[in-house]
Amino acid sequence: MLESKEITKVYGRKTAVDHVSLKLTPGFIYAMLGPNGSGKTTWMKMAAGLVKPTSGRMYFDGRPLDIDSRRRIAYMSTEPYFYTWMKVSDVGKYYQDFFEDFSMEQYHLLLERMQLTPDLKTSSLSSGMMAKLKIAVTMARDSDVIMLDEPLNGIDLLARDQIMQSIVERVSERRILLISSHLVEELETVADYAIFMKESRLVDFRELEELRSSEGISVTDKYRQIYGTNGGEA
Amino acid sequence: MKYISSVPIYLQVVNSIKEKIITGELSPGDKLPSGRELALQYTINPNTAARVYQTLEQEQVCFTRRGLGTFVTEDGERIRLLREEMAGTLVRQFLEGMKRLGITENDVMEMIRQAND
Repeated sequence: MLESKEITKVYGRKTAVDHVSLKLTPGFIYAMLGPNGSGKTTWMKMAAGLVKPTSGRMYFDGRPLDIDSRRRIAYMSTEPYFYTWMKVSDVGKYYQDFFEDFSMEQYHLLLERMQLTPDLKTSSLSSGMMAKLKIAVTMARDSDVIMLDEPLNGIDLLARDQIMQSIVERVSERRILLISSHLVEELETVADYAIFMKESRLVDFRELEELRSSEGISVTDKYRQIYGTNGGEA
Repeated sequence: MKYISSVPIYLQVVNSIKEKIITGELSPGDKLPSGRELALQYTINPNTAARVYQTLEQEQVCFTRRGLGTFVTEDGERIRLLREEMAGTLVRQFLEGMKRLGITENDVMEMIRQAND
Protein backbone atom coordinates (compact mmCIF):
# COMPACT_ATOMS: atom_id res chain seq x y z
CA MET A 1 0.00 0.00 0.00
CA LEU A 2 1.19 3.47 -0.91
CA GLU A 3 -0.21 6.24 1.20
CA SER A 4 0.24 9.97 1.59
CA LYS A 5 -0.93 11.62 4.78
CA GLU A 6 -1.60 15.35 4.63
CA ILE A 7 1.33 15.69 2.29
CA THR A 8 2.28 19.21 1.25
CA LYS A 9 4.99 20.66 -0.96
CA VAL A 10 5.73 24.35 -1.13
CA TYR A 11 8.15 25.84 -3.67
CA GLY A 12 8.86 29.41 -2.60
CA ARG A 13 5.48 31.10 -2.66
CA LYS A 14 3.77 28.41 -4.65
CA THR A 15 2.08 25.44 -3.00
CA ALA A 16 2.41 22.56 -5.47
CA VAL A 17 0.64 19.94 -3.34
CA ASP A 18 -1.68 20.99 -0.55
CA HIS A 19 -2.49 18.54 2.27
CA VAL A 20 -3.20 15.55 0.08
CA SER A 21 -4.17 12.30 1.81
CA LEU A 22 -4.44 9.39 -0.56
CA LYS A 23 -4.28 5.62 -0.24
CA LEU A 24 -3.40 3.31 -3.14
CA THR A 25 -3.92 -0.44 -2.85
CA PRO A 26 -2.16 -3.19 -4.84
CA GLY A 27 -4.09 -4.91 -7.61
CA PHE A 28 -5.55 -1.78 -9.08
CA ILE A 29 -4.92 0.79 -11.79
CA TYR A 30 -5.28 4.38 -10.69
CA ALA A 31 -5.67 7.30 -13.08
CA MET A 32 -4.43 10.58 -11.67
CA LEU A 33 -6.26 13.32 -13.51
CA GLY A 34 -6.13 17.08 -13.65
CA PRO A 35 -4.81 19.88 -15.80
CA ASN A 36 -1.14 20.80 -15.89
CA GLY A 37 -0.02 22.41 -12.66
CA SER A 38 -2.63 20.67 -10.52
CA GLY A 39 -0.02 18.82 -8.44
CA LYS A 40 0.09 15.39 -10.12
CA THR A 41 3.79 15.37 -10.90
CA THR A 42 4.84 16.73 -7.52
CA TRP A 43 2.75 14.11 -5.72
CA MET A 44 4.33 11.35 -7.82
CA LYS A 45 7.82 12.67 -7.23
CA MET A 46 7.23 12.64 -3.50
CA ALA A 47 5.88 9.08 -3.77
CA ALA A 48 9.00 8.12 -5.70
CA GLY A 49 11.17 9.69 -3.00
CA LEU A 50 12.63 12.25 -5.41
CA VAL A 51 11.13 15.31 -3.76
CA LYS A 52 11.04 15.88 -0.03
CA PRO A 53 7.64 16.95 1.32
CA THR A 54 7.44 20.29 3.13
CA SER A 55 5.07 18.66 5.60
CA GLY A 56 3.13 15.44 5.88
CA ARG A 57 4.49 12.06 4.99
CA MET A 58 4.53 9.26 2.43
CA TYR A 59 4.12 5.67 3.64
CA PHE A 60 4.84 2.44 1.84
CA ASP A 61 3.37 -0.74 3.34
CA GLY A 62 2.69 1.16 6.55
CA ARG A 63 6.24 2.45 7.02
CA PRO A 64 7.59 5.88 6.16
CA LEU A 65 9.07 5.87 2.68
CA ASP A 66 12.81 5.12 2.82
CA ILE A 67 15.64 4.02 0.52
CA ASP A 68 14.52 0.41 0.73
CA SER A 69 10.93 1.09 -0.31
CA ARG A 70 12.15 3.41 -3.06
CA ARG A 71 13.81 0.43 -4.68
CA ARG A 72 10.38 -1.15 -5.06
CA ILE A 73 8.87 1.86 -6.79
CA ALA A 74 9.32 2.53 -10.50
CA TYR A 75 8.64 6.04 -11.68
CA MET A 76 8.64 7.46 -15.19
CA SER A 77 8.99 11.24 -15.20
CA THR A 78 8.00 13.54 -18.01
CA GLU A 79 11.55 14.83 -18.46
CA PRO A 80 13.94 13.04 -20.83
CA TYR A 81 16.67 11.32 -18.91
CA PHE A 82 18.97 9.38 -21.18
CA TYR A 83 22.48 10.39 -22.13
CA THR A 84 22.64 11.34 -25.77
CA TRP A 85 25.43 8.83 -26.54
CA MET A 86 23.23 5.92 -25.46
CA LYS A 87 21.74 3.40 -27.78
CA VAL A 88 18.45 1.74 -26.89
CA SER A 89 20.44 -1.32 -25.74
CA ASP A 90 22.61 0.86 -23.46
CA VAL A 91 19.49 2.22 -21.79
CA GLY A 92 18.59 -1.35 -20.82
CA LYS A 93 22.07 -2.06 -19.45
CA TYR A 94 22.01 1.19 -17.52
CA TYR A 95 18.73 0.22 -15.90
CA GLN A 96 19.95 -3.30 -15.21
CA ASP A 97 22.88 -1.84 -13.26
CA PHE A 98 20.62 0.42 -11.26
CA PHE A 99 17.60 -1.73 -10.50
CA GLU A 100 17.56 -5.27 -9.18
CA ASP A 101 14.03 -5.82 -10.40
CA PHE A 102 14.84 -4.90 -14.02
CA SER A 103 14.20 -7.71 -16.50
CA MET A 104 16.15 -7.59 -19.76
CA GLU A 105 13.79 -10.16 -21.24
CA GLN A 106 10.74 -8.04 -20.45
CA TYR A 107 12.57 -4.98 -21.82
CA HIS A 108 13.21 -6.66 -25.17
CA LEU A 109 9.64 -7.86 -25.32
CA LEU A 110 8.35 -4.35 -24.77
CA LEU A 111 10.82 -2.88 -27.28
CA GLU A 112 9.57 -5.30 -29.88
CA ARG A 113 5.97 -4.38 -29.20
CA MET A 114 6.80 -0.68 -29.44
CA GLN A 115 8.72 -1.30 -32.65
CA LEU A 116 12.02 -0.10 -31.30
CA THR A 117 15.32 -1.87 -32.02
CA PRO A 118 18.27 -2.11 -29.59
CA ASP A 119 20.75 -0.57 -32.04
CA LEU A 120 18.87 2.74 -32.37
CA LYS A 121 20.63 5.79 -30.97
CA THR A 122 18.54 7.65 -28.41
CA SER A 123 19.66 10.95 -29.95
CA SER A 124 18.04 9.95 -33.25
CA LEU A 125 14.64 9.08 -31.76
CA SER A 126 11.53 11.11 -32.54
CA SER A 127 9.62 12.40 -29.53
CA GLY A 128 7.04 9.62 -29.92
CA MET A 129 9.77 6.94 -30.03
CA MET A 130 11.47 8.48 -27.01
CA ALA A 131 8.18 8.37 -25.10
CA LYS A 132 7.81 4.69 -25.96
CA LEU A 133 11.37 3.92 -24.89
CA LYS A 134 10.80 5.55 -21.51
CA ILE A 135 7.70 3.45 -20.98
CA ALA A 136 9.44 0.23 -22.06
CA VAL A 137 12.37 0.73 -19.72
CA THR A 138 10.16 1.67 -16.76
CA MET A 139 7.68 -1.14 -17.30
CA ALA A 140 10.50 -3.69 -17.62
CA ARG A 141 10.93 -3.39 -13.86
CA ASP A 142 9.04 -5.90 -11.76
CA SER A 143 8.24 -3.25 -9.14
CA ASP A 144 5.49 -3.18 -6.54
CA VAL A 145 4.57 0.30 -7.66
CA ILE A 146 4.74 1.56 -11.23
CA MET A 147 4.02 5.25 -11.73
CA LEU A 148 3.86 6.71 -15.20
CA ASP A 149 3.67 10.47 -15.49
CA GLU A 150 1.84 11.44 -18.69
CA PRO A 151 2.81 8.29 -20.63
CA LEU A 152 0.49 9.11 -23.52
CA ASN A 153 1.89 12.53 -24.33
CA GLY A 154 3.17 12.84 -27.86
CA ILE A 155 2.20 9.29 -28.72
CA ASP A 156 0.13 8.45 -31.77
CA LEU A 157 -3.13 6.54 -31.62
CA LEU A 158 -1.79 3.11 -32.58
CA ALA A 159 1.11 3.27 -30.18
CA ARG A 160 -1.34 4.28 -27.46
CA ASP A 161 -3.15 0.98 -27.93
CA GLN A 162 0.15 -0.88 -27.50
CA ILE A 163 0.89 1.07 -24.35
CA MET A 164 -2.54 0.43 -22.88
CA GLN A 165 -2.04 -3.28 -23.60
CA SER A 166 1.29 -3.23 -21.79
CA ILE A 167 -0.30 -1.51 -18.83
CA VAL A 168 -3.09 -4.10 -18.64
CA GLU A 169 -0.47 -6.86 -18.81
CA ARG A 170 1.35 -5.42 -15.83
CA VAL A 171 -1.62 -5.63 -13.50
CA SER A 172 -0.93 -7.96 -10.62
CA GLU A 173 -2.36 -8.56 -7.17
CA ARG A 174 0.76 -7.21 -5.56
CA ARG A 175 1.25 -4.18 -7.80
CA ILE A 176 -0.02 -0.62 -7.78
CA LEU A 177 -0.21 1.09 -11.17
CA LEU A 178 -0.60 4.84 -11.20
CA ILE A 179 -0.93 6.75 -14.45
CA SER A 180 -1.26 10.48 -14.69
CA SER A 181 -2.79 12.02 -17.73
CA HIS A 182 -4.81 14.87 -19.01
CA LEU A 183 -6.02 12.58 -21.79
CA VAL A 184 -8.92 11.27 -19.78
CA GLU A 185 -10.66 9.21 -22.49
CA GLU A 186 -7.66 6.95 -22.95
CA LEU A 187 -7.92 5.69 -19.40
CA GLU A 188 -11.70 5.16 -19.31
CA THR A 189 -11.68 1.42 -19.89
CA VAL A 190 -8.51 0.44 -18.06
CA ALA A 191 -8.44 2.34 -14.79
CA ASP A 192 -10.17 1.10 -11.65
CA TYR A 193 -10.11 4.44 -9.87
CA ALA A 194 -9.77 8.08 -10.82
CA ILE A 195 -8.00 10.60 -8.62
CA PHE A 196 -8.98 14.16 -9.43
CA MET A 197 -6.43 16.85 -8.61
CA LYS A 198 -7.28 20.51 -8.82
CA GLU A 199 -5.20 23.51 -7.79
CA SER A 200 -2.80 21.40 -5.71
CA ARG A 201 -5.57 19.61 -3.85
CA LEU A 202 -7.27 16.25 -4.08
CA VAL A 203 -10.86 17.11 -4.99
CA ASP A 204 -12.40 13.73 -5.75
CA PHE A 205 -11.67 10.03 -5.75
CA ARG A 206 -13.95 7.69 -7.71
CA GLU A 207 -14.30 4.10 -8.73
CA LEU A 208 -14.99 4.25 -12.46
CA GLU A 209 -17.50 1.41 -12.82
CA GLU A 210 -19.34 2.77 -9.79
CA LEU A 211 -19.44 6.23 -11.38
CA ARG A 212 -20.92 4.73 -14.55
CA SER A 213 -23.46 2.48 -12.84
CA SER A 214 -24.69 4.82 -10.09
CA GLU A 215 -24.50 8.18 -11.84
CA GLY A 216 -24.54 7.00 -15.44
CA ILE A 217 -21.63 9.24 -16.35
CA SER A 218 -18.15 8.66 -17.72
CA VAL A 219 -14.89 9.82 -16.21
CA THR A 220 -14.74 12.39 -18.99
CA ASP A 221 -18.14 13.73 -17.88
CA LYS A 222 -16.92 13.86 -14.28
CA TYR A 223 -13.78 15.63 -15.43
CA ARG A 224 -15.90 18.29 -17.15
CA GLN A 225 -18.01 18.69 -14.01
CA ILE A 226 -14.97 19.22 -11.85
CA TYR A 227 -12.86 21.42 -14.09
CA GLY A 228 -15.56 23.19 -16.10
CA THR A 229 -15.78 23.01 -19.87
CA ASN A 230 -13.10 25.64 -20.31
CA GLY A 231 -11.06 25.05 -17.20
CA GLY A 232 -9.61 21.68 -18.16
CA GLU A 233 -7.61 20.55 -21.14
CA ALA A 234 -9.61 17.45 -22.05
CA MET B 1 -14.24 -2.73 -29.24
CA LYS B 2 -15.73 0.74 -29.11
CA TYR B 3 -17.18 1.53 -25.71
CA ILE B 4 -19.84 3.91 -24.51
CA SER B 5 -17.89 5.53 -21.70
CA SER B 6 -20.93 6.33 -19.55
CA VAL B 7 -22.16 2.72 -19.40
CA PRO B 8 -20.41 0.20 -17.12
CA ILE B 9 -17.64 -1.42 -19.13
CA TYR B 10 -18.25 -4.89 -17.67
CA LEU B 11 -21.85 -4.81 -18.94
CA GLN B 12 -20.72 -3.88 -22.43
CA VAL B 13 -18.28 -6.78 -22.51
CA VAL B 14 -20.94 -9.12 -21.06
CA ASN B 15 -23.26 -8.12 -23.90
CA SER B 16 -20.54 -8.56 -26.49
CA ILE B 17 -19.91 -12.13 -25.30
CA LYS B 18 -23.63 -12.86 -25.18
CA GLU B 19 -23.95 -11.68 -28.76
CA LYS B 20 -21.14 -13.99 -29.81
CA ILE B 21 -22.97 -16.89 -28.18
CA ILE B 22 -26.27 -16.02 -29.84
CA THR B 23 -24.76 -15.58 -33.30
CA GLY B 24 -22.85 -18.83 -32.97
CA GLU B 25 -19.42 -17.25 -33.04
CA LEU B 26 -19.07 -19.02 -29.71
CA SER B 27 -20.57 -22.50 -29.48
CA PRO B 28 -22.06 -24.27 -26.44
CA GLY B 29 -19.26 -25.75 -24.35
CA ASP B 30 -16.55 -23.54 -25.91
CA LYS B 31 -13.72 -22.52 -23.62
CA LEU B 32 -13.53 -18.78 -23.03
CA PRO B 33 -10.24 -16.89 -22.67
CA SER B 34 -8.75 -16.53 -19.20
CA GLY B 35 -9.52 -13.34 -17.30
CA ARG B 36 -6.16 -11.91 -18.23
CA GLU B 37 -6.57 -12.81 -21.90
CA LEU B 38 -10.02 -11.30 -21.91
CA ALA B 39 -8.61 -8.10 -20.40
CA LEU B 40 -6.02 -7.87 -23.18
CA GLN B 41 -8.50 -8.77 -25.90
CA TYR B 42 -10.91 -6.02 -24.86
CA THR B 43 -8.29 -3.63 -23.44
CA ILE B 44 -10.04 -3.56 -20.11
CA ASN B 45 -8.90 -3.82 -16.56
CA PRO B 46 -8.38 -7.43 -15.33
CA ASN B 47 -10.66 -6.64 -12.38
CA THR B 48 -13.37 -5.72 -14.86
CA ALA B 49 -12.70 -8.96 -16.76
CA ALA B 50 -13.22 -10.94 -13.55
CA ARG B 51 -16.53 -9.16 -13.04
CA VAL B 52 -17.58 -10.06 -16.59
CA TYR B 53 -17.20 -13.76 -15.83
CA GLN B 54 -18.89 -13.40 -12.44
CA THR B 55 -21.90 -11.85 -14.14
CA LEU B 56 -22.04 -14.42 -16.93
CA GLU B 57 -21.87 -17.20 -14.36
CA GLN B 58 -24.58 -15.68 -12.20
CA GLU B 59 -26.79 -15.52 -15.25
CA GLN B 60 -25.85 -19.12 -16.03
CA VAL B 61 -24.62 -18.20 -19.47
CA CYS B 62 -21.20 -19.56 -18.58
CA PHE B 63 -19.80 -21.95 -16.02
CA THR B 64 -16.40 -22.47 -14.48
CA ARG B 65 -14.60 -25.76 -14.08
CA ARG B 66 -12.06 -25.38 -11.34
CA GLY B 67 -8.57 -25.35 -12.75
CA LEU B 68 -9.81 -25.64 -16.31
CA GLY B 69 -11.40 -22.27 -17.01
CA THR B 70 -14.69 -20.74 -18.02
CA PHE B 71 -16.94 -22.29 -20.64
CA VAL B 72 -20.06 -21.35 -22.60
CA THR B 73 -23.18 -23.03 -21.24
CA GLU B 74 -24.18 -26.29 -22.91
CA ASP B 75 -27.83 -25.58 -22.15
CA GLY B 76 -29.49 -24.84 -25.49
CA GLU B 77 -32.63 -23.59 -23.75
CA ARG B 78 -30.56 -20.99 -21.87
CA ILE B 79 -29.11 -19.74 -25.15
CA ARG B 80 -32.56 -19.54 -26.74
CA LEU B 81 -33.73 -17.50 -23.73
CA LEU B 82 -30.65 -15.31 -24.05
CA ARG B 83 -31.67 -14.41 -27.59
CA GLU B 84 -35.13 -13.46 -26.37
CA GLU B 85 -33.75 -11.39 -23.50
CA MET B 86 -31.43 -9.43 -25.76
CA ALA B 87 -34.07 -8.97 -28.45
CA GLY B 88 -36.50 -7.79 -25.77
CA THR B 89 -34.01 -5.21 -24.51
CA LEU B 90 -33.43 -3.88 -28.03
CA VAL B 91 -37.16 -3.57 -28.68
CA ARG B 92 -37.77 -1.76 -25.38
CA GLN B 93 -34.95 0.67 -26.08
CA PHE B 94 -36.30 1.28 -29.56
CA LEU B 95 -39.83 1.87 -28.30
CA GLU B 96 -38.61 4.23 -25.59
CA GLY B 97 -36.79 6.23 -28.24
CA MET B 98 -39.89 6.39 -30.40
CA LYS B 99 -42.01 7.40 -27.42
CA ARG B 100 -39.64 10.29 -26.71
CA LEU B 101 -40.23 11.43 -30.27
CA GLY B 102 -43.97 11.32 -29.62
CA ILE B 103 -44.67 8.60 -32.16
CA THR B 104 -47.66 6.39 -31.39
CA GLU B 105 -47.54 2.60 -31.35
CA ASN B 106 -49.62 2.34 -34.52
CA ASP B 107 -47.34 4.72 -36.35
CA VAL B 108 -44.33 2.76 -35.15
CA MET B 109 -45.78 -0.45 -36.58
CA GLU B 110 -46.56 1.28 -39.87
CA MET B 111 -43.03 2.73 -40.04
CA ILE B 112 -41.49 -0.71 -39.47
CA ARG B 113 -43.60 -2.19 -42.29
CA GLN B 114 -42.60 0.58 -44.65
CA ALA B 115 -38.93 0.36 -43.77
CA ASN B 116 -39.00 -3.36 -44.40
CA ASP B 117 -40.44 -3.04 -47.91
